[in-house]
Amino acid sequence: MIETLVACPECDALHERHPLPPGAKARCVRCQAVLYRRSYLEAEHQLALVTAAIVVYLIANCFPIVDLEIQGRSNSATLIGSVLSLWREGREIVAVLVFATTQLFPLVDLGALLALLLMIRRGRPTPAFAPTLRFLQALRPWGMIEVFMLGIVVSLVKLSNMSTVVPGIALWAFGLLTILLAVILSLDLRSLWQAGRGVIVRPDGPPAPGRRAAHP
Amino acid sequence: MNAKRHGRPPGPEPAVTTAAQAGLVSCPHCHLVCRETSPHGTRRTGHLRCPRCAGRLHRRKTDSLSRTWALLIAAAILYIPANVFPVMQTSTLLGTQNDTILSGILYFWTSGSPELAVLIFTVSILVPLLKLATLSTLAVSIHRGARRRADQRARLYRIIEFVGRWSMLDVFVVALMVGLVHFQGLAVIQAGPGAAAFGGVVVLTMLAAHSFDPRMIWDRARRAPANRQEPTRLASGIRHGRHPAP
Repeated sequence: MIETLVACPECDALHERHPLPPGAKARCVRCQAVLYRRSYLEAEHQLALVTAAIVVYLIANCFPIVDLEIQGRSNSATLIGSVLSLWREGREIVAVLVFATTQLFPLVDLGALLALLLMIRRGRPTPAFAPTLRFLQALRPWGMIEVFMLGIVVSLVKLSNMSTVVPGIALWAFGLLTILLAVILSLDLRSLWQAGRGVIVRPDGPPAPGRRAAHP
Repeated sequence: MNAKRHGRPPGPEPAVTTAAQAGLVSCPHCHLVCRETSPHGTRRTGHLRCPRCAGRLHRRKTDSLSRTWALLIAAAILYIPANVFPVMQTSTLLGTQNDTILSGILYFWTSGSPELAVLIFTVSILVPLLKLATLSTLAVSIHRGARRRADQRARLYRIIEFVGRWSMLDVFVVALMVGLVHFQGLAVIQAGPGAAAFGGVVVLTMLAAHSFDPRMIWDRARRAPANRQEPTRLASGIRHGRHPAP
């Protein structure tokens, strides 16, 4: 293996890996795909952001998104409440789809990222690092909080035509969560493979450089 | 063939060596560039594994074209019930109204929010259709061994992959409406059978885009720089010899 090389994920062209200044992107010379990026944020900032996002996530999911009033009767709904009503009326597929993309996957994503950042911070070789990061990379495209946020806005516009709409706490929490996730997702997961160099336990190969000198 | 686009100065395509040409393979998981006969790669299950992350190595995505086609065909079939069946059923004192995706868009258009109508039309109708069309075109171009305009095809793929997820918007709107509007006797909104079908279309097209390997576009176009001297003459007559030398 050659750690100084990087192959373009979209056209397979080989490039030499160079260190980047914060906020910069390395692009393929042939197809302009992003090869790797460096975030403005250091690992410490990431850790703080992920922790904050988990708290905001909990708020967003425990409180009602919006209160609706029609002719003196009011009704408020949480996200999980919506999923449950879908399930109860026999739309299980839609319920599962919405639950997975807006609740389960974002939470697992944040949890896995938190675990990875803590592992890197601790600096000891952990066998779970590589599988967790692989899992996180596969999961990431399926978390859709930002699309859901747009969905909230569209539904509110639709509903404001027929009733009085009072925004709930969770509405603001979802807005904040969208922003936090946008920042967190700007962290290139590929860079974690570099950052976690000393933490990865290699399957059969030589021990991870530096840390595990005494390998049987 | 024009090479003029953002980021790169106009001119001939830069000569590159691909990992495959160099006998290397980039790990699809951790992007480590490995030798294909890496001494550390284990062959426990008959597959070469990445020496860093133990993920399965493959030079190109496995069965990329067949998987893409299968998922595309499934998505195209599901696209019909997704648009024919109602996605939302509104029961009020005045009666029951069934809304398909298109009638939902028309409702926005007529009720004074044309910008939302345009937004939903784009993500719910235009994006899935364009996705199906573009991925099919890309797959056909690979089958035919097309070499032209590889950079434009690569860009198309990138756009398709990026916008796909936004099609879920309508599913989320339906879910929220169902959760919010249940005033027994006054107004109740329920999801229709079209919603699940539409969600299925989005998931299947996302999977299709995911199983398509954009590196195939460039594998066929690899010899293109040599033809660059007489671009217009040669461009149409290079159908034969579609398999590049190993």
